[in-house]
Amino acid sequence: MRRGSGTAARRGPGTAAVVLGAMFVASVLAALMLGAYAIPLGDLVRVIGDGPSGGTGVAHSVFWQIRLPRVALATIVGGSLAVAGVIMQGIFRNPLAEPATVGVSAGASVGAVVAIVVGLSDLPLGVQLAAFAGGTLATALVYALSRSDGRTEVVTLILTGIAINALAGAIIGFAVFVADDDEIRSVTFWSLGTLGLATWRAVGLVLPLALLGVVLSARFARVLDTLALGDAPARHLGVPVERVRLRAIAVVGLLASAAVAATGMIAFVGLLVPHILRLVMGPRHRHLLWAAGVLGAIVTILADLVARTSLAPAELPLGVVTALIGAPFFLLLLRTTRRDAGGWG
Amino acid sequence: MSATRPGPSTAPGGGGPLSCTGLGVRVRGTTLLHDVSLEVRPGELLAVLGPNGAGKSTLVGALAGDVPLAAGTVRLGGADLATLSHRERARRRAVLLQQNPIAFPFSVRDVVAMGRAPWGDEAGIDAAMARLRVDDLADRVVRTLSVGEQARVAMARVLAQDAPVMLLDEPTAVLDVGQQESLMRIVRGLVAEGRAVLAVLHDLNVAMAHADRVIVLREGAIAAEGPPRAVLTEALLSDVYGQRVRVVDAPGHPTPLVAVDPSPGYASPSG
Repeated sequence: MRRGSGTAARRGPGTAAVVLGAMFVASVLAALMLGAYAIPLGDLVRVIGDGPSGGTGVAHSVFWQIRLPRVALATIVGGSLAVAGVIMQGIFRNPLAEPATVGVSAGASVGAVVAIVVGLSDLPLGVQLAAFAGGTLATALVYALSRSDGRTEVVTLILTGIAINALAGAIIGFAVFVADDDEIRSVTFWSLGTLGLATWRAVGLVLPLALLGVVLSARFARVLDTLALGDAPARHLGVPVERVRLRAIAVVGLLASAAVAATGMIAFVGLLVPHILRLVMGPRHRHLLWAAGVLGAIVTILADLVARTSLAPAELPLGVVTALIGAPFFLLLLRTTRRDAGGWG
Repeated sequence: MSATRPGPSTAPGGGGPLSCTGLGVRVRGTTLLHDVSLEVRPGELLAVLGPNGAGKSTLVGALAGDVPLAAGTVRLGGADLATLSHRERARRRAVLLQQNPIAFPFSVRDVVAMGRAPWGDEAGIDAAMARLRVDDLADRVVRTLSVGEQARVAMARVLAQDAPVMLLDEPTAVLDVGQQESLMRIVRGLVAEGRAVLAVLHDLNVAMAHADRVIVLREGAIAAEGPPRAVLTEALLSDVYGQRVRVVDAPGHPTPLVAVDPSPGYASPSG
């Protein structure tokens, strides 16, 4: 018997849960303690014990007003992007798909940039709401344009996404052209992604949407497995492919729009996390979905820690960090996956 | 209930056969199938033959519900196919396509288990793998297997679906002679269990040896139908394929053999 490359990678989901859980706790602790103002473990325990309104001091306000909402938002956004990536790759049967492929990220960034340039940023959550609206609209548009005869061909869908992305790029470029200097800085920082604007209000805005998206995504687990066979064979096995794809895209739109609306564009989380997990745990979506939520959170928390500590007191855009770490790693993954599994076909 | 239509009754257990009447398929003004009527009976292997482009795969697609119909109806288990949900269809018929690519590194066991999707359980997976002799490969990643192994995995998945009607589009196309024979023995076993099997076959000798009945398609219409010995004559095959063939009795061989006649100069009457 030949083992190794051709044998399915299978770590038990129990082992994965323990490892991911430990990694999550460690990364949360690190992100809460480290930064421009260090909070040692003893102080951390004390300010947590004091409660959000009980204590005083710098450590107390840094923890409750800055660090904790930031870590919470990183968890929600990273988890949402990674789960959206798993669903996207599943319905497209393509490991290179991610929320950006259907134009969600581009649409959301158009919404935010337009909001900044026309002055909606003065309104509370004006940019975020505009981003959410833009992402949802773009998702619906891509889907409507790529349907014909009641069916959606995968290639058409992806090509339509590319066209929408190009259109969005042009609109953003034009917005930058007409914007003043302050607005350009705001647009640039936002479109590179940041958790620097994390507040409890932002957490409150994104959390219900993310939770709804994650709960709904659990219903797709088995169907996403079957879709790996292709549209026609999945239909022969009783999957109403069109209805499933429409619902799945709606869930992706929900998750990714919410994430992009809160933090701007964060690249590679939705692409990278499902890849790593598939190599370690195998491709079954039942396990992939929850594990992606946890690993997406871990990756985003750690990337944000790097973004705000590596050049302190300056803060790097989070999207730059995820792309700097993510892109080379992604290329490496491409190579190993091609060698081990004979490419994607 | 198929009271409107004469012919064999539905199979026991509420499954039942597959039939179509007046089937027509048009794609962008081109007629791919015209007025095709047929019935697959329980306990029967119906082979569909014909040259490339005759509409064999289109017929499988139309019977499976993949291809929109320009005319006619398909009945599955006594009901109009168009009125059945995807799940109801999947519990009544299984389909094996010519190509079975799989995205992502799923294992053999994962893929065979997908055959149980319409039922939502795990029954019969091991038995299906054993029957196609892919049980040794259960933990292997399907797309790292050989073409023949992948074809057997796809067939095991169809077997696990456990449907009373099976549509097989060239199930033996990528198999060697030995694998082809053992696959056809498995198909005969399914037929012996009372299933209705329609198989598109390329190899006329496979059809001659294993089919209960054959349908020969030419340019989207049925050119001949009946028991293989009666239908697969030198005249008909030479005409349909535009190639002179010989049908010869071989001593000690249970069925006649179809062989290409190498002498040149045959002009098909139909073109």
